[in-house]
Amino acid sequence: MENLNLILPEIFISLSIMFLLILGVFKNDSSKITFNLSLIAILITTIITFNETFSVTRETLFNESVVLDSMSSLMKIITLIGGFLVLVISSTYLKTFKIYNIEYPVLILSSILGMMVMISSNDLIVFYMGLELQSLALYVLATYKRDQLKSSEAGLKYFVLSALSSGLLLYGCSLVYGFSGSTNFDIISNQLNSEEYVLTFGIVFILVGLAFKISAVPFHMWAPDVYEGSPTTVTLFFTIVPKVAALTVFIRFLYVPFLNLIDQWQMIIVFLSIASMVFGAVAAIGQTNIKRLIAYSSIGHVGYTLAGLATASNEGIQSSIIYISIYVVMNLALFSCLLMLRRKDQYYENIDDLSGLSKNHPLLSLCLLVILFSLAGIPPLAGFFAKFYVFKAVLEQSMYFLAIVGLLSTVVAAFYYLRIIKIMYFDKEKDKYDNDHSLWLKLSLTVSTILILLYFIFPSQLIEVVSRINII
Amino acid sequence: MNFPILSSLILLPIVGALFLFFTKDKDGNNLTAKYVALFTTVVNFLISIYLWISFDQSMSTFQFVEDRTWIEGFINYKVGVDGISILFIILTTFITPLCIISVNNSVKNRLRDFLIAILIMESFMIGVFCALDLVVFYLFFEAGLIPMFLIIGIWGGARRVYSAFKFFLYTLLGSVLMLVAIISIYWITGTTDVVQLYEIGIDVKYQNLLWLAFFSSFAVKTPMWPVHTWLPDAHVEAPTAGSVLLAAILLKMAGYGFIRFSLGLFPVASEVFTPLIYTLSVIAIIFTSLIALIQEDMKKLIAYSSVAHMGFVTLGIFTLQQQGIEGSIIQMISHGLVSAALFLTVGVVYDRMHSRLISTYGGLVSVIPKYSILFMLFALASLGLPGTSGFIGEFLILMGAFKDNFLVAVIASIGVILGAAYMLWLYKRVVFGKLLNEDLKKILDLNRSEYFILSCLAAPILFFGFYPDPLINTIEVSVTDLINMHNTNIASK
Repeated sequence: MENLNLILPEIFISLSIMFLLILGVFKNDSSKITFNLSLIAILITTIITFNETFSVTRETLFNESVVLDSMSSLMKIITLIGGFLVLVISSTYLKTFKIYNIEYPVLILSSILGMMVMISSNDLIVFYMGLELQSLALYVLATYKRDQLKSSEAGLKYFVLSALSSGLLLYGCSLVYGFSGSTNFDIISNQLNSEEYVLTFGIVFILVGLAFKISAVPFHMWAPDVYEGSPTTVTLFFTIVPKVAALTVFIRFLYVPFLNLIDQWQMIIVFLSIASMVFGAVAAIGQTNIKRLIAYSSIGHVGYTLAGLATASNEGIQSSIIYISIYVVMNLALFSCLLMLRRKDQYYENIDDLSGLSKNHPLLSLCLLVILFSLAGIPPLAGFFAKFYVFKAVLEQSMYFLAIVGLLSTVVAAFYYLRIIKIMYFDKEKDKYDNDHSLWLKLSLTVSTILILLYFIFPSQLIEVVSRINII
Repeated sequence: MNFPILSSLILLPIVGALFLFFTKDKDGNNLTAKYVALFTTVVNFLISIYLWISFDQSMSTFQFVEDRTWIEGFINYKVGVDGISILFIILTTFITPLCIISVNNSVKNRLRDFLIAILIMESFMIGVFCALDLVVFYLFFEAGLIPMFLIIGIWGGARRVYSAFKFFLYTLLGSVLMLVAIISIYWITGTTDVVQLYEIGIDVKYQNLLWLAFFSSFAVKTPMWPVHTWLPDAHVEAPTAGSVLLAAILLKMAGYGFIRFSLGLFPVASEVFTPLIYTLSVIAIIFTSLIALIQEDMKKLIAYSSVAHMGFVTLGIFTLQQQGIEGSIIQMISHGLVSAALFLTVGVVYDRMHSRLISTYGGLVSVIPKYSILFMLFALASLGLPGTSGFIGEFLILMGAFKDNFLVAVIASIGVILGAAYMLWLYKRVVFGKLLNEDLKKILDLNRSEYFILSCLAAPILFFGFYPDPLINTIEVSVTDLINMHNTNIASK
C-alpha cells in the first residue's frame, strides 16, 4: 500500500478547492469567507507539508511517478508561503477594482495545486498534468480585471503563447518517450545516452518549453505585456510562485532524466542564462512602467538562477535555490511597496509616480531603497549573497566567461535600479499617497525588508536547509 | 584581548545611526541629532586612540584579532589591525567628527538623514581597514557605495545626479571583477582568510590575472589615470562634508588595498606589473597636475590635485622599497588631512558666497586674515613644503623611487614642481590681488566652529611635519615584514 501521507498536502488542497467552490455556489456574498478559508487552507497545507515531507530524504509513489525529496518539500513550502502572502495582501487591491470574488482564491489555490504536482513529478505525464493545471488557472487570473482591455489582452497573449510552448514541450516529451520507451524520469535516465543525436531535439524542445515558463530570453516576449496588463496582485503571483515551480521542474529535468547528456544541454543553459542576464539588464533601462520594469528585471534574475543550473553541480543547484528564495522575498517586498502607491482608490504604477517619495513617505521609500539596492546586488543586502552563491558555484566549475558576463550585467542592471532611487530621493515631490494600508500589507513589507537587510547576520540558516538537497 | 574593540569600532557608528533614525526629524538646525552623531564619533575616536596606545609597535603580526565563524566552513568574520591599517582607522575616526561639526553651514535640509549616512559610511570605512578576510573586505568596500551615492545625490550641487551615477557605476564596474578574483582565490587555495593566504601563497600562474582583477577595482577607486574621471565630478557636486570623506578616506581604501592585497597576495605579479603602475602613476602626476593648473573651479582643482597625489602614492607603493611604501602610507595620511582641510576651506567661502569659481574671489587677505593664514598653511602642506606632513610623504616616496628607477623619479619630481605651481597660483588668485568683487567686502571671517575644525587639522599636519616618528614607528615593523615576505616570495619563485 502506498504511503498516502506523503501526498496529503495535495489531497487536502484539492478537497479545499472543491469545498470552496461548493461554498461559493451555495452561499451568497461569500467572497470574504472564501478568502479567509483559503488562507487557512494554505496554512494547513503548509503545516502538513512541513510535518509529513520535510524530513523525507527520498520516497516515490505510484510506480515512481511522484517523488518526494528534500527539494520538493522545500520548494512546495516556498510556493505555499508565496501563495499565502499574495492572497493576504491582495484584498484591498481587489476590493478597489470590485473584483473581490470567490474565483480569485480558488484559482490561486488550483494553480498552487498544479505547481505542487509539478514540483513532485517524476514522470512526463504527471509533470504535464501539473503544468497545465497551473497554466489554466494563470490564464484566467491574468484576465481577472476583465472589464479592462489590457488585462484581457494580457490573458489572451499569455494563453496563445503558453499553449504554443506547451505544444513544443509535449512534442519534446513524445520524442524522449519514443527513444527511451518510458515516461518515468528514472528509467529515461538509464535508457538515454548521448549516442542518439535525434534525442537532442527532444531535449531542446523540452528546454524551450520550460524556458518559456520561466521567461528566459529568447522566450521572454510574453512576460512584459502580461506583467503589465495583469492586475498587480496577479503580477506579483506571476513573478514569484510559478517561477519557483518551473525552476524545480527545470532542475529535475536536467539532473534526473538528462543527467547523462550534460554536454548536450549545458551550452543551451549557459546561452539562456547569459542572454537573460544581459537582455534583462539592458531592456529594463528604457521602461517607464514599474510593472514592465519588474518584468525585465525578473528576466534578468532568471538568468542568474539559470547560471547556477548551468554548472551541473550540486552547489550550483543549491545556489539557484538560494537565489530563487531570496528573489521571492525581494519581489514580495517590492510589490508590497507598489501596492502602497494608492491615492483615492487609484493605483499608480509609473516610475514617475515615485518622484520625491522620500519627502512624503520616508519609511516607505527607505524600504524601497533597501529592496532596490538588494535587487541590484549591492552588499551587505540579501541580493548580494544570492548572486555571491551563484557565482561561487559558477566559478567552481571554472566558467569564467559566464561569471564575468553575469557580474558585468549586474552593473548595467544597477543603473535602472539607481534610476528609481534617484527619482525617489533626488527629484521633486508629488502629492501624498494614502496611508491607510491593511495590516498585512504593512507586515509583509516590514518583515521582508528586515529579512533583506539583516540576512547577512544569519546567512548560514538558509544554506543549511538548502544543503540537504542533493539531486545528483 | 577579550573585549572586541575592533567590532565595537565598526558597530558604534551604526548604533548611533539607529538612535538618530528614531529621533524626530526637525527642519532647520537639528541640534539633538548633531550632538548624538558628534558624541558617537568622538567616542569612536577615543576608542581608536586607545587602540593606538595599546597597540604593540614591535610586533608585525595582526593584533586585536577577532575570528568568528560566519558562513559555516566558508567565510569567517575576521578583523584585526597591524601597523599599516591602524593609522587609517585613526584617520577615519578623526575626520568623521570634524565632518559632522562642519555640516552646520553646508547641509540645510534633512540634516538627520545626512548624519545617518555619514555614520554608516564611517562604519563601513573602518570595516574596510580592519577586515582580514577577502569577502568581508569586499562587503565593506562595496557597501560604502550606498551611503556615498545618497550623500552626493541628495545633498550635492547642481549636477549631482550625473555625478552620483558616475561615481556608483564606475566603482561598481571596477569592483565586480575583484569579486570574481576573490571567489577564484577561494577555489584555488580553499580559503579567503588573508593571514592564511599570506602563508600559503597563491600559485604563480594565477597571479597575473588575479592581480589585474584586483587592480581594476583599486585603480578606479584610487583613482588612477585614465579611470579618474568620476572623481572631479563626484567631488565638485558632493556637499563639503561628503567631499571631505571622499578625499580623506574613501580614496585611501584603494591605496590600502594595493598594499595589503596586491603586494601581499600577488608578489610575483606585482613585480611584473610595476612598469604599468609606474607609467600610469607618472602620467597621473604630470597630466592631472597640468589639468589642475587650468581649472577655474576651486573644488575641481583640489580634486585633480588629489589624483596627482594619489599618483605619488601608487608610485611609492610599487617601488617595493621600505622608504617608498612608508612614504606612501604617510602621504595617504597626510593627504587625508590636507585634502580634508582644503575642501573645508573651500567650503567656508562657498557657504558665504555660493560660488566655487576662482574668479569670484581675490584679495581675501585684507578682509579675512585668519582664514587666509590657515588656507596658506594647507596650500603649502599640499605642495609638500618641508615642515608639513606633505613633505615627509613625498620625500620618502621620491627616495624610494630614486632607488628603484631613476627616470620615473625624475619625472615624478617635476610633478612636485607642478604641484607647487597650481597650489600657489590658486592661493594667489583667491587670497591676494585686488579686492574687486564688492560682495566680498561683507564676507565674515572664520566662526568658532570653522576655526576649531581647521585648527584641529592644522595641528597634526604641522606636528607630523616636524616629528613624523609616531607615524613611522607605527608602520615600520609591518612594512619591513611586508617587504621581507615579498622578497622571500620572489626569491622562492
